[in-house]
Amino acid sequence: MELKTLTEALRGHPFLEGMKPNHVQKMAEVAMEVQFNRDQVIFREGDESSLFYLLLTGKVALEVTAPGRIVRVQTLGEGDELGWSSLIGRHGKTFQARSIEPVRAIAFDGTRLRHACEMDPAFGYQLMQRVLRVVAERLQATRLQLIDVFAPAGSKLA
Amino acid sequence: MSAIAETAAPPMPPRMITARVVSVVKETHDTFTLTVEPESPECANFSPGQFSMLYVYGVGELPISISGDPHDTGRLVYTVRSVGKATNALVNTKPGQSIGIRGPFGTSWPVDEARGNDVLIVAGGIGLAPLRPAIYRILRNRDDYVRLIVLYGARSPKDLLYRKQLSEWGRLPDTQVLSTVDYGGVNWRGYVGVVTTLFRYVRLHPGRTTALICGPEIMMRYVIRELEKRGLPDSDIHLSMERNMKCAVGFCGHCQLGPYFVCKDGPIFSYTKMRPWLDKHEL
Repeated sequence: MELKTLTEALRGHPFLEGMKPNHVQKMAEVAMEVQFNRDQVIFREGDESSLFYLLLTGKVALEVTAPGRIVRVQTLGEGDELGWSSLIGRHGKTFQARSIEPVRAIAFDGTRLRHACEMDPAFGYQLMQRVLRVVAERLQATRLQLIDVFAPAGSKLA
Repeated sequence: MSAIAETAAPPMPPRMITARVVSVVKETHDTFTLTVEPESPECANFSPGQFSMLYVYGVGELPISISGDPHDTGRLVYTVRSVGKATNALVNTKPGQSIGIRGPFGTSWPVDEARGNDVLIVAGGIGLAPLRPAIYRILRNRDDYVRLIVLYGARSPKDLLYRKQLSEWGRLPDTQVLSTVDYGGVNWRGYVGVVTTLFRYVRLHPGRTTALICGPEIMMRYVIRELEKRGLPDSDIHLSMERNMKCAVGFCGHCQLGPYFVCKDGPIFSYTKMRPWLDKHEL
């Protein structure tokens, strides 16, 4: 994907909604388009990867592997973000990510993005504010998952 | 609503009639759909969102939402989760057997008022059952509505109700159906996460969207927060409240919620009415 097309794709992505054009341009300069086939492991738990993704199409499952089983804890789809931990300098992946549909995404080198944040704090603030929103939303969703709202009324945790 | 009140107390007025069980179909590992024919066919007329009191002779009476098509005449359909003595007895009835039935009772979803709008349906677990009649009515009058969006969450894939229908509805034009589960295995290709996470994949038009919500109360509170974030006014948000309904006619007071009796003034309420009461502790 050319820089111009990448910039356009980024402008239309919900994660970057409201971001100044020069900041979007900064993102585009360290971006590349990537594609994954269905059932492809994008990264494994523990993998060292500095890549951060914005999903354009398709669906990705976040999984935890345990002896004899794989637990699917969350799915991400069009308009979502994947691998935010690389933006805060943690490169060891905490989940396994697997495409459960063919996926098109824009990938960013997290190290370069962090460097850009340090060089331009206004850009850094804009980016980190968005990352924080994603993290907060996922935390709330996880808490709700843990509540198990579908348990029969009156049932208690063991 | 699911079986929220299970009692062996004798049924209350108004007059109870007999209904013959036509079929009991297993929907999931613990949920069944019961079709009955009331002895008086006019007793099968209902509006989407209403409920009946079903009485299993000698076991107990319980409130169950009607989950069938309001256009079907002479029959009533209920989807029941077996969680206790009375619901278990109900789902174990056999075709030809008789049960007692009172109703239909209560308020209904504002399906007619939503004409000309998008309709957003958000359901959790067995909460899809009371919403299904609204979906049937919208689909029968499809040109009267703009988009139909159904967001449905359940605990796991094996708990999802009406899977075939959801899939059929999702293929209809201007209709978006998204299902998610809290816990999914590797064979599950749908979404994993709570129902509020599905809001990322829909575009809402505040002022032109009517939202109908039914599910566990915690879920409904978080769904309302998402709708508020997206600018939907309180008056366009409607929810089905579950309380301990016993008499269904506002006499006994078991289902009182603030100034309302859920059985008589509900179960469907506008959020305008429910806002002061939904977050109240101990109510």
